[in-house]
Amino acid sequence: MKNMRRELPIWLFAGISLLVNGILITAAGIWEIVHPPANPVVLFRLHANVWWGAVLAALGLFFCIRFAPKREP
Amino acid sequence: MPFLALYAAPRLVSLSPVDLVIVVFYFALVLSIGWYLRGHARTGEDYFMAGREMTAWIAGLSFLSANLGSLELMGWAAAAYQYGILATHWYWIGAIPAMLFLALVMMPFYYISRTHSVPGYLKLRFGESSRALSAISFAFMTVLMSGINMYSMALVMKVVLGWDIHFSIWVSSITVAIYVALGGLRSAIFNEVLQFILIWAGALLIPILGLIEAGGWTNLKLQIAHNASAQYTHLWSTMGSFTDNPMGIHWTGIVFGLGFVISFGYWTTDFLVVQRVLSAKDMRAAELAPIIGAAFKSLVPFIVILPGLLGLAVLPMKLTGETAAVASGGHSYNEVLPLMLARYCGPGLLGLGITALIAGFMSGMAGNVSAFTTVWTYDIYRALIKKDGSDHHYVNMGRWTTILGVLISVGTAYLVMQFASIMDYVQALFSFFIAPLFGTVLLGMLWKRATGPAGFWGLLAGTLSSIGMYAWVKVDHTALRYVALSPNARDMAENMYRALWSWVVCVLVTVVVSYLTSPKPESELDGLVYGVTKIPEQGEYPLFHRPAFWATVVGIGFVVLNILVW
Repeated sequence: MKNMRRELPIWLFAGISLLVNGILITAAGIWEIVHPPANPVVLFRLHANVWWGAVLAALGLFFCIRFAPKREP
Repeated sequence: MPFLALYAAPRLVSLSPVDLVIVVFYFALVLSIGWYLRGHARTGEDYFMAGREMTAWIAGLSFLSANLGSLELMGWAAAAYQYGILATHWYWIGAIPAMLFLALVMMPFYYISRTHSVPGYLKLRFGESSRALSAISFAFMTVLMSGINMYSMALVMKVVLGWDIHFSIWVSSITVAIYVALGGLRSAIFNEVLQFILIWAGALLIPILGLIEAGGWTNLKLQIAHNASAQYTHLWSTMGSFTDNPMGIHWTGIVFGLGFVISFGYWTTDFLVVQRVLSAKDMRAAELAPIIGAAFKSLVPFIVILPGLLGLAVLPMKLTGETAAVASGGHSYNEVLPLMLARYCGPGLLGLGITALIAGFMSGMAGNVSAFTTVWTYDIYRALIKKDGSDHHYVNMGRWTTILGVLISVGTAYLVMQFASIMDYVQALFSFFIAPLFGTVLLGMLWKRATGPAGFWGLLAGTLSSIGMYAWVKVDHTALRYVALSPNARDMAENMYRALWSWVVCVLVTVVVSYLTSPKPESELDGLVYGVTKIPEQGEYPLFHRPAFWATVVGIGFVVLNILVW
């Protein structure tokens, strides 16, 4: 485990990815609610991009906080 | 080559700016990970084995992710549309038992022997000739397969998004070359875990929304029975005869050909996946990793097979084979996943779905390249060309081999572009080696009487018999009744039985030659063979931390899932 203590965990990278993607997807979904598209996708009324994006962002935020590098005492 | 005909089709979806931002962010992140990890790959053990310090979760998800590439997502969704739920066999009986067997029976020998690779184990157990045969065939086929996957990905991007095929080939290959060359196996594994998460995040929404639209599983089955056939939603009950199911296969082919020989051969001896588990930090992590992989593997049909089945129920158009699709201007089976993606996913979600597809392809490519690099450096270059190099020398060789491997893959991709039939031959060639190799490794691990010459001749005889059967059916199609036990058998059934017979030939030849030659003394087999190796006990761990407990849980889940869709 010589390097693992020094390197950032993969779960932090995964968290960053989920957080950024989640925010972008939710924002796109909210934009679509305000400006409904001319050719909506099937089940548009469920606004999947809003809640799925929010789920991904929440999960990403949890990973970012849980696996953020801790400051040495 | 089925995807070739798609070349002329119009694009299926258009990306919005937010979709493009998501795709570009993905490329930036994987390159950042490679750059960040460049300082963690200074020794051979770091570069080729990720320092042997991966946790069970990281090794397990990487183990599965390396297999999720290579047309897995789109190819099996297409197979589900074409053959129904039978395609699930490749995820359940075609994977789970083998992964659990690797964890509990074979992993201890791979791990205790401290081998760097599967050919490396053959060297320790059977000698240099077996390693050379296995290493050269693996390296050759792996890099060719990588090129074929690269070309297929570029073609998919062309069809789905309208991207230039050369742009896709070079951007994806340069990205993989950079992050694997910089960080070695550790970088490949980190990115595979990231790709695994993105694949689920991008693909899971399709079956959720699809089931909502179809009105639940029961209604979905009724619609499929109406649109196609009730056979399409039964996993086992239609397998009593070759003619009773859409795949034209008998249950013996699935159980013994796929479930035993092909599956065990792939999951326990293909270094592409085994390498990920060898990077585990200790023996318990090495045993748990394939079990974690098996648990997620049993769930993959929800994001791959279910979208194909949903396509049968909810898509307004009828998908066909490539030739018919080109002739009619319609859509083919291979387009079912992008069509479902476009059906439900608006801006943002579409970008994530496309990123999931790209991530799947890139994880497979990185897996091929990193496995090729290790086998070339340790089992060919160091074993046959330069035996006395320093560790630093071999790490440099690994970095250059990564770049060279990617360039050969690009060359193969362009070769396939010119001569499409090469793809079929290379895929067939790859299958020639897997089943016999499993026979050789299995006997090597479980039977101490197996000798070095027997290992080599068994492997060679099994491989040649597989090639011989393939050529026999090509020359005389009526030979199918002997090779696949039925003139009605289709390609997949032929592959199952050919694998089974080549495994039998390998085992028989190995046994016969073993009895004709002198065995190694038992003192030389310690750490390599069952019965003369002391396997560390797991008894000191609580029940919930023992691999055997979790293997039992996954095994029970496997049985229940099969019964649910019997």
